[in-house]
Amino acid sequence: MTVYYLAGIVGLVALSVWTRSFFFLTERDWPMPGWLVRGLRLAPVAALSAVIMPEVVLNQGVWTMDWRDARCWGFVASVGYAWWSESMLGTILFGMAVYLLCRHALGWG
Amino acid sequence: MWDMTPGVAAWGVVTGVAMVKAGLPLSVAVLMSVSVFAASAQLAAVPLLLAGAPLWVVWLTALCVNLRFVIFSAQMRAHMMPLPTRWRLLAGYLTADVTYVLMMSRHGGDQPARSPTSGPLAYFWGLCAVNWSSWNVASLFGVLCANWIPVSWGLGFAGTLALTGLLVSLVKDRATLLSTVTAGAASVAAFSLPFKLNISLAVACAVVLGMWMDQVSKASLSAQRGARP
Repeated sequence: MTVYYLAGIVGLVALSVWTRSFFFLTERDWPMPGWLVRGLRLAPVAALSAVIMPEVVLNQGVWTMDWRDARCWGFVASVGYAWWSESMLGTILFGMAVYLLCRHALGWG
Repeated sequence: MWDMTPGVAAWGVVTGVAMVKAGLPLSVAVLMSVSVFAASAQLAAVPLLLAGAPLWVVWLTALCVNLRFVIFSAQMRAHMMPLPTRWRLLAGYLTADVTYVLMMSRHGGDQPARSPTSGPLAYFWGLCAVNWSSWNVASLFGVLCANWIPVSWGLGFAGTLALTGLLVSLVKDRATLLSTVTAGAASVAAFSLPFKLNISLAVACAVVLGMWMDQVSKASLSAQRGARP
């Protein structure tokens, strides 16, 4: 373990703390305007979608749309399952089953 | 939160495996795995560290990858303020995508807490405890067993599917559906931006569009009222 790695990791931990508690740091009253509060209500779904979609439709960061894509069908299957049932474990298992089936049985990308 | 655990664990294992497979020494991977607690920032920083990039480049990259959490912290602030500063820092450190989303979907519309022992905060600490422990166990497992876990299992995709299940459960009306589609499209379209800035940009786009729709619907509502004799 070199000083370089150690310093790098200490900095990364500090950044984790700093960014995540960015607006917790000041004690001063800091009222948010109502329009901002309403807008930010959409941030959770937006963040999830922003994290998920590139993982589903992009291949190494490139758009290579082909209908024989295991991830797309796994994604569609899990959306359908989640819509139909509330079970999270079922959603993951069903999506993974479709994904692995497409990938290994059908040999898709 | 327990529902999400398989997804969190799968993602943790993948992150652990990825760090070792990239060539990080075992001791560094273990330390990083238990301390940094930020999958996307870790994965972005590892290749830079391995290439011996200047530390400010590593940190700048991690800062950009973490930028979405700055937005989240603005929203969580009201609930966290009854806590003393050091506990707020700990709360921030323990906030992950999943804990934030679950906290907001359950208590986002509630009155801010007055005392440090309020219900929303208790819920938050519970989320953090489950998420932190399952993440760390899984990530360490990934680091230590990296050579026995083949990539072809597609474990990383299980994490994506867990988030998908969570997303579907949160899309309840037109506004959330529109926000989902906007953010997804923006994130894909802006993917080539450096430092994963596409994610923060996509969140900002969806929030701004949502606020604009809010204004438009309010304006048309008041126009209807005005037109009525």
